Amino acid sequence: MSEPIRVKLPTILRKHAGGEPLVDAEGSTVRELLSDLESRYPGITKNVVTPEGGLHRFVNVYVNDEDVRYLGSLETNVQNGDTVSILPAVAGG
Amino acid sequence: MIRIDKGLFDEMVAHGLSNLPNEACGVLAGKEGRPVKFFPMTNADGSPLTYRFEPKESLRVWNEIEDEGFEQLAIFHTHTHTEAYPSVTDRKRAMWADSDQPSFPDTYYLIVSLEDRAAPVLRAFRILDGGAVSEEDVTIG
Repeated sequence: MSEPIRVKLPTILRKHAGGEPLVDAEGSTVRELLSDLESRYPGITKNVVTPEGGLHRFVNVYVNDEDVRYLGSLETNVQNGDTVSILPAVAGG
Repeated sequence: MIRIDKGLFDEMVAHGLSNLPNEACGVLAGKEGRPVKFFPMTNADGSPLTYRFEPKESLRVWNEIEDEGFEQLAIFHTHTHTEAYPSVTDRKRAMWADSDQPSFPDTYYLIVSLEDRAAPVLRAFRILDGGAVSEEDVTIG
């Protein structure tokens, strides 16, 4: 069984979690973690994972200080003690 | 209404000019609504037409702002050849993951036009639900 992992939420998603900036979730990969988060707080990961199953282009997910796009994307392994941060990619034209 | 010290404005313009021909971007951190520090960011798009905060830098600056007890007062970027007004891309990418909710409803968007290199134009906005734009008063000094 996997252990809880801390997930740091961006302001926009905190309303789904009663205003909490940090929540616990379980999973052995980022994908499982997001799925667990969704079951705890329905709607929280809407559009974060695209219909094709990838990470939304303008959402950044980090395991500790590393951008998961440079690791294994949604298949990146996570373990007890890790902090996973979700942030909007700040972008425009 | 946002008032920006001349020194911070000059830092933003200098960052903008040094990134030409590409767009430049950054974050203005504040305390109680007053700008206190400019964090220049790397434009990961490296483009004259778009910007995107380099992701790792973005996390580091985010954490620093939080640790210092600052707020993310404004997101800054330059327009290299157009007026200082949010483009369609600016409004679209300000929304959270294809929703109609802005990621940062309480954050100013500062745009500096470098259309005239010698006379940068600064304007301030908020980007609201559905990408609606509200222009805000901004003063330098």
